[in-house]
Amino acid sequence: MLKLSSVSKTFNAGTINEKRALIHVDLHLAPGDFVTVIGGNGAGKSTLMNIIAGVYPMDAGTITLDGKNISRLSEPARATYLGRVFQDPMMGTAADMQIVENLAMAKRRGKTRTLAWGVTKAEKDEYAERLKELGLGLEKRLTAKVGLLSGGQRQALTLLMATLTDPKLLLLDEHTAALDPKTAAKVLELTEKIVSERKLTTLMVTHNMNDAIRLGNRLIMMHEGRVIYDVAGAEKAALTVADLLQKFEEVSGGELANDRMLLN
Amino acid sequence: MALAMLGAVSQGILWGIMVLGVFITYKLLDIADLTVDGSFALGGCVCAVLVVGGMDPTLAIIMAMLAGMVAGAVTGFLHTVFEIPAILAGILTQIALWSVNLRIMGKSNTPLLRVDTLFSSVTDATGLPQNIASILVGLVFAVIIIVGLYWFFGTEIGSACRATGNNEAMVRALGVNTKVTKMIALTLSNGLVGLSGGLVCESQSYADIGMGTGAIVIGLAAIVIGEVLGRLVPGQLRAFGSRLTAAVVGSVVYFLIRAIVLQLGMDANDMKLISAVIVALALCVPVVWEKYQLRRSYSRASKALASAGATDPAEGSTSNDSTIEGGR
Repeated sequence: MLKLSSVSKTFNAGTINEKRALIHVDLHLAPGDFVTVIGGNGAGKSTLMNIIAGVYPMDAGTITLDGKNISRLSEPARATYLGRVFQDPMMGTAADMQIVENLAMAKRRGKTRTLAWGVTKAEKDEYAERLKELGLGLEKRLTAKVGLLSGGQRQALTLLMATLTDPKLLLLDEHTAALDPKTAAKVLELTEKIVSERKLTTLMVTHNMNDAIRLGNRLIMMHEGRVIYDVAGAEKAALTVADLLQKFEEVSGGELANDRMLLN
Repeated sequence: MALAMLGAVSQGILWGIMVLGVFITYKLLDIADLTVDGSFALGGCVCAVLVVGGMDPTLAIIMAMLAGMVAGAVTGFLHTVFEIPAILAGILTQIALWSVNLRIMGKSNTPLLRVDTLFSSVTDATGLPQNIASILVGLVFAVIIIVGLYWFFGTEIGSACRATGNNEAMVRALGVNTKVTKMIALTLSNGLVGLSGGLVCESQSYADIGMGTGAIVIGLAAIVIGEVLGRLVPGQLRAFGSRLTAAVVGSVVYFLIRAIVLQLGMDANDMKLISAVIVALALCVPVVWEKYQLRRSYSRASKALASAGATDPAEGSTSNDSTIEGGR
């Protein structure tokens, strides 16, 4: 489904702040793969997500999605195939617009926008149905401004928006990191439900090792711009946090995993 | 006095169309577009030259709108393609338009003497006094434009434009090219400004190189006045249509205030100072109010803590558990 071949990205090349964020990264996702991505700060996890989404161009390599080379496509053009949820709950929704208006915009991802009415009646019923699945009561607040929702509600809505058109690839960039534990658990539960129901190919960055082990069928660990550990299937199911920490210490030369990883 | 007030109302409505243009950029796109001063005068100059040259006055107003759209497109081009900050792109276009406007007219003002204007033909046809005729013509334009804007910003493209001002990263992630939406909004906005310039030119029967100076401030002042008035109305006008209407009403109120101030014997040149003060105050008040509220809630909480602390400290603390169900 998704294939990255030798993808590289260096920030501030040739300056004292040079940062090689991705170094010849090869990654191949099969359709329906749910891959969790872990790694310390600055490992290149977010850069990986942004490179796939086309937020900034890469220096070298190719990205193909479902057999189509998307390496040179702009961010809006790639959005046709991608659903994205960001770390910041404020980033995924338009605060001054209604819940239905936000969903309607997401529904038109990848379609040419015309002068047809922005939200049709038939759509509203569909959205109400989908919102009901979230179990947050949002289906009764269709015309409420999104800015009135809590962070968790906004993140759940963003998740729904990202998956509304069944994207070829779902990119989740630490989408529960800014939420309190209880809300994070709820959003994660919704993520699991939607991904399995819709059979979405998913790439999820997380700092939480337990989540990384528990969710998905495959796990990759990144370190200093490289994928240093890639495990799937039964082997992944048998992983423990201790295994991951040991793996991390091996590659980082005895240096311990960062605090945030340990705390989770 | 009554005559002056009627004149103010008609001016307010005609300028109100410019305010609608400013509303698009300032309120929806969240940028202060300084092209407005230039594109308003551009609309006036284009209209005056065409009418003097024998063009149909209504057609000339349409041309004024098209000229404004071109000016907006130039700012949009500088801003989106070359990523010049919006405020600077607007200033560049505005400055350039000063020379362009002089070139168009060939001199610093063009009187519309002994030629028919849209307003004079309405006066001739109906026998209504000039002020009433201007108000009627202005209302027709304003209503059509408000309905048009209401429709446009409800469409798929319009929604994308609104969302661009709200959260650019999100709209891009939803597959919208924000360069296009910004371009559309800036073009549309300055089209309305140019249209307003054309109408004002025909209603006052002359165009002047300086007629747009300070237009952006008038626009902001009118929007702010409209918002304040909207808040005073029970139920608070939040719907999009009422926000647009409030902008035009704000413009009328602005020109009424201006007329009153002038009637009281104040120098017309001081009006720009007053406009600036109105806008500055309107922008200050919410900030000062919020700071005051924060400080007050702190001193209240400290007082409550001091009195509660004597009895049982645990009593005063409330659960901070925020669940996903709890809205803000």
